Amino acid sequence: MECLVGMQCNDFVMVAADMTAARSILVKKSDHKKYLKLSDKLLMAVTGESGDTNQFSEYVAKNIMLYKMRNGYELSPAAAASFTRRNLAGYLRSRTPYHVNLLVAGYDDESGKPELYYMDYLASMAKLPYASHGYGGSFTTSILDRHFRPDMTRAQAYALMIECVKEVQKRLIINLPNFSVTVIDKEGIVDMEPITQAVIANQATA
Amino acid sequence: RAITMFSPDGHLFQVEYAQEAVKKGSTAVGVRGKDVVVLGVEKKAVAKLQEDRTVRKICQLDEHVLMAFAGLTADARVLTKQARVECQSHRLTVEDPVTIEYITRYIASLKQRYTQSNGRRPFGISCLITGFDYAETPRLYQTDPSGTYHEWKANAIGRNAKTVREFLEKNYSEDVVQTEALAVKLAIKALLEVVQSGGKNLEVAVMRAGSGYQMLDVSEIERVVKEVDKEKEEEAAAKKKETKSDK
Repeated sequence: MECLVGMQCNDFVMVAADMTAARSILVKKSDHKKYLKLSDKLLMAVTGESGDTNQFSEYVAKNIMLYKMRNGYELSPAAAASFTRRNLAGYLRSRTPYHVNLLVAGYDDESGKPELYYMDYLASMAKLPYASHGYGGSFTTSILDRHFRPDMTRAQAYALMIECVKEVQKRLIINLPNFSVTVIDKEGIVDMEPITQAVIANQATA
Repeated sequence: RAITMFSPDGHLFQVEYAQEAVKKGSTAVGVRGKDVVVLGVEKKAVAKLQEDRTVRKICQLDEHVLMAFAGLTADARVLTKQARVECQSHRLTVEDPVTIEYITRYIASLKQRYTQSNGRRPFGISCLITGFDYAETPRLYQTDPSGTYHEWKANAIGRNAKTVREFLEKNYSEDVVQTEALAVKLAIKALLEVVQSGGKNLEVAVMRAGSGYQMLDVSEIERVVKEVDKEKEEEAAAKKKETKSDK
């Protein structure tokens, strides 16, 4: 029911996550943040089993902090994604696997490039220019296949994200009214305005 | 298996010997200012072919916690490692950064355990642990090999610690550490009592409320050292004039 979308352009990564927290037929919250800042330029968006999401993402975040304290420098996005994946894989064949689907997004200062990693609960990982999770992901992937360009500006990427959200809201039977949008670039992590009904309406009139 | 057992007159000799090991280590000083904390350490002279690695004796335990130590460097490495894990573990379980007292208590408990366990010797280091509670309140704590800890306004550990502490007792006051510049100057001045003059022989770290720490670079330390030396000269000259005029 949950949806994550990410796109990596030439000098930033943009990640959108739906903001609906629901249990069975009840919508508990429609402004729920489904992402966690792992470090200054590293973000992890998580969906999946409730509880596993928090536990796993917080565990990874604190371990990444610990690495920084121990070694004096931060893990690169590739290394952090690798660490995350290895943890998932380790727990997979135990009695207590984590059922979480992730998008890990970051900016690598060394190479000067933004990076996006897709990871699922079976601990598979792929570095991708754009990726998504959830039923909504099927629709957004088509949109991105058609319209994604790596040289987009932030505004253009945000507009494309709105198109993705509109498609999900049109075709997915589950109502996902709000999506949070976050951007990571060489300055760090910036929260953009969440895509809500108002924002979509404004964009239509603009 | 009596490595750390009581002597007939109630001493734990291994702990006392550990404290002797601390007295052999290079000096470290800590000063708690109004909204800064300062740690200064004596940099041991390195051999000619050895690479001069900066920041060995001042370790960062968390974003808001700094530790300097005196004594066996290898023992400090073990403690730092465990303290760093505990800092993150605390954040994970209670979603709050550690208070300086908490992490000091943790380190001190660890040290105490080693004075009572079988087959282990105590850690041969004293620590100065400093930082801010919730980005507001500056704190400075000292631990020693026995596992005791106390809070201090300013303190010194290691070689000639007594001399430095006496200097601090004479010269510390709330006014003297009102600003960052003054607190840094006090720390450097205190260290210069026992360390050869020169920015190359000192390492100074400053932590401000709400932000991380900063190692002062050599030029900055040299500048303060020059200032301190000049003041000392002026004081000495003034004293000479006084004694002359007395005659």
